[in-house]
Amino acid sequence: MRTRVRAAALALLPALVALLVSLVVLAVVLALIGVDPVTALSAIFDFGRTPRAQSNQTRAWISQTVPLFLAGLAVSVAFRMNLFNIGVEGQYRMAALVAAAAGAAVTLPAPLHVTFILAVAMLTGAAYAAVPAVLKVTRGINEVITTIMLNSIAVALAAYLLREYFRDPDLPANTNPSTSKIPESGRVPGLDGLLELFGMQSPSRPVNGFLLIALAVGIVVAVVLRSSRFGFALRVSGLNLNAARAGGIPANRMIIQAMLLSGALAGLIGMPQVLGEHYSYRTEFTAGFGFSGIAVALLGRNNPAGIAAAALLFGFLDRAAPSLQRAEIPPSVVTIAQGVIVLAVVVVDQIGRTRLRKAEESRAAGPSAPAALAEVSGAASTGPPGRTGNAETAGTAGNTGTTGNIGTAGNTGTAGNTGTAEKEATA
Amino acid sequence: MTSDSSDGRTLPDRPPAVELRGITKRFPGVVANSDVNLTVRPGEVHAVVGENGAGKSTLMKTLYGMHQPDEGQILLQGTPRRLRNPREAIAAGIGMVHQHFMLAENLTVLENVVLGAEPRRRGRLDLPEAHRRLHEVSDRYGLNLDPEALIETLSVAQRQRVEIAKVLFRGARILILDEPTAVLVPQEVDELFSNLTELRDRGLAVIFISHKLDEVLAVADTITVIRRGTTVATLAPEGTTPRDLAELMVGTELPTPGARTVPIEDAVALAVDGLTVLADTGPPRIHDVSFRVRRGEIVGFAGVEGNGQNELVQALIGLRPVADGTIALDGQDITAWPVLRRREAGIAYIPEDRHRQGMLLSAALWENRILGRHRHPAFSRAGWIRRRAARADTARLLADCDVRAPGPDTTAGALSGGNQQKLIVGRELSQGPRVLLAAHPTRGVDIGAQSGIWDRLRRARDNGLATVLVSADLEELIGLSDTLYVLLRGRLAARLDPAHVTPEILGSYMTGARSAEPDAGERLDAGERLGAGERLDAGEQSDGPENSGTEALR
Repeated sequence: MRTRVRAAALALLPALVALLVSLVVLAVVLALIGVDPVTALSAIFDFGRTPRAQSNQTRAWISQTVPLFLAGLAVSVAFRMNLFNIGVEGQYRMAALVAAAAGAAVTLPAPLHVTFILAVAMLTGAAYAAVPAVLKVTRGINEVITTIMLNSIAVALAAYLLREYFRDPDLPANTNPSTSKIPESGRVPGLDGLLELFGMQSPSRPVNGFLLIALAVGIVVAVVLRSSRFGFALRVSGLNLNAARAGGIPANRMIIQAMLLSGALAGLIGMPQVLGEHYSYRTEFTAGFGFSGIAVALLGRNNPAGIAAAALLFGFLDRAAPSLQRAEIPPSVVTIAQGVIVLAVVVVDQIGRTRLRKAEESRAAGPSAPAALAEVSGAASTGPPGRTGNAETAGTAGNTGTTGNIGTAGNTGTAGNTGTAEKEATA
Repeated sequence: MTSDSSDGRTLPDRPPAVELRGITKRFPGVVANSDVNLTVRPGEVHAVVGENGAGKSTLMKTLYGMHQPDEGQILLQGTPRRLRNPREAIAAGIGMVHQHFMLAENLTVLENVVLGAEPRRRGRLDLPEAHRRLHEVSDRYGLNLDPEALIETLSVAQRQRVEIAKVLFRGARILILDEPTAVLVPQEVDELFSNLTELRDRGLAVIFISHKLDEVLAVADTITVIRRGTTVATLAPEGTTPRDLAELMVGTELPTPGARTVPIEDAVALAVDGLTVLADTGPPRIHDVSFRVRRGEIVGFAGVEGNGQNELVQALIGLRPVADGTIALDGQDITAWPVLRRREAGIAYIPEDRHRQGMLLSAALWENRILGRHRHPAFSRAGWIRRRAARADTARLLADCDVRAPGPDTTAGALSGGNQQKLIVGRELSQGPRVLLAAHPTRGVDIGAQSGIWDRLRRARDNGLATVLVSADLEELIGLSDTLYVLLRGRLAARLDPAHVTPEILGSYMTGARSAEPDAGERLDAGERLGAGERLDAGEQSDGPENSGTEALR
């Protein structure tokens, strides 16, 4: 029991140190680019003066956090198997499009309709993730490469499918393409009165009801990973693939299962938008959560509770973009902050692990130490190797995603869009 | 502490090459070394023996500058020194030959030797000079190395000599060899010892770490025994028996191996026929191998590392695809079964490398305990792991198997090698297996753990367990096996009776120096393939222990 408390403390400490470090680094970076760190930081923490504005800011924070949380979960499931599912981005785009189209095409009683749409989204995400999984298992192709390529394909494929097959036929000819609206029965109602429970004023629009679904998904995933046979097999395979195989856990099956689950969770990322805001898939669909999810999963150390905290932090920063713009500070400060945080976490984490490893080693203090060293360092990376690479991907994520969208969809309406956060908050 | 075992070779008037005085090294929660005293004179081979976890490696790391002692002094040639890192130790003339070779396979001997210590001229690598110096080193110490040979073409023994040349090339006068014989067959061990004698005669100090006691007695001029982190005795090999040493190491009287009391049953538990396992490239790893293991029988496989014994075991557990032939468990063909199904049918597996294949070092002991059994009803129900039951059972297993650990939530990596192995053996013998595949079950564990593991294997055998035993420890193979096969280049080269075979004879079969009578191999293969279990049993019984041991295949 004490070891577990110790482990929890050890898991939290690096995150706190990393946050402090990143605040300092961020301040220095801001000063270097000629932005007053104090102004910028206060803008980030500024929730507005009126109670209504504060409520709206809180609502924006939550609606940023929910998809980030789901994306972090999706990425982390693959991480646990030492798989780098960069394709979450493409998986959720495909899932959102197909689910929106399918949801609009049928009429069912309310709870069934929503369930149906979610099932379609998860299946589509899983199917799109199955491609790199099967390629890896049968042909040995690295999933990093295939998922990145499938992301590009997803952008183009989704734009094509939307224009040619799923476009709402009732739309006027010159408008942006969009799927037909999902009927009332397939929508997730907003959470009227949620913020009021905490003594806040009601926001201009209610908090997205998908919050509750995401919470439930998070709990289920946490329990499955912790206590199920599948979760055990996944953990074992991720820690030591050879030992898992010797113990009768087939590596290939675990790769497929982990990728399918990762893809299925990815399929849910777009659902808050589709079911709670737009009720359709449109060209101005918010992209980039898949990449941010990598950073969130890293920051949350692959642990569902940690991922929730990381998503809250990233969501908090994302929702601050408009405030920054109002303070005439480039909103990309948010992206810088996120990148700095991830880097700081990776570095601090590595230092922590090295020290932990040394302590373990000395406790083992035997002739087997060199082997133990190699093993511990190998096993320690619950996330896959090459972590510093992630930070970069995450940092530039929001922008690349959106640009790709604009380019291929041939859409002028969203061209002025600089990032994901801003759109969300102005909506 | 420093005894007077000086003989003609050592020069008492010269200061000791190494003197460790009162070395104490603490790690959080553990005292790895306490008050260690060790004196090594130039011109002697000084053996340091002790159980795993006794603190030999910690001590050598201290001497090699990998960490600093908390107390005590290191004196080199009589002057106190502080060695802050291995570079300083190398500069001070200390060289370490690691147990696991650190050589680049695709480079030549010369390139490997100079790597990191390149002689330069005007900023460029001076190969002729390097060549000349390597030649000198090789000649002077009788290492017999070809500087231009590629490492990948060398045998294990040759590679080890390259490692020795590496440290000599860097000017070492004090050599530390960490378990150098672990990877060698007896003939190669003899060669190594003659190299060491050469080094000693040239005035070098050689520190030889081992837990193979007869080897220590054969080569060392002085022996220091370490027990629980401290030096308990320094003695001369003359008049010392392996048993004396072992008792000093363990600190208690050793248990004597129990004789076999329960006869082997007739029923064949594991039948292997014409088994062939392919390699990615080159000749098959296992070629047309057939044998039977009956209930209550231990069948041992001897072979120089890399002659197919590990592949054989991996094919039997299902980790390697079988190209040809069949494997049958209690008469049922399991050739196409995956690992999990084989395990659930009662095949247990002690893997050859516990860190790589046996354990999750960063996971809790209870998770390690249910690994491979996580579908067993004792540990999971309806797809969910029964964590509490798993913990309770782990606590019981720890007590049963004498695994010294605080509890089921301890991280496996925190345990010593011997305790880890005891856990693995206990785990594999739980849930009543019918066949045990034991690959190097006591590799790298101390004597205490070793005899514990042997006892468990014998008890399981007496209860009717059929065991396939692969080991590099020939004494273990001979001592435990009821039937002994020699694998040479993936084929069964001989079938020997362990009651009448010595490690030397076994070694000569393993290297191919001695071979079975001409075309006996074919006859065995044909006979066993044709004959079903019954016929074979009859044949095998006529070939019982009363037959002379070195007799080759029928």
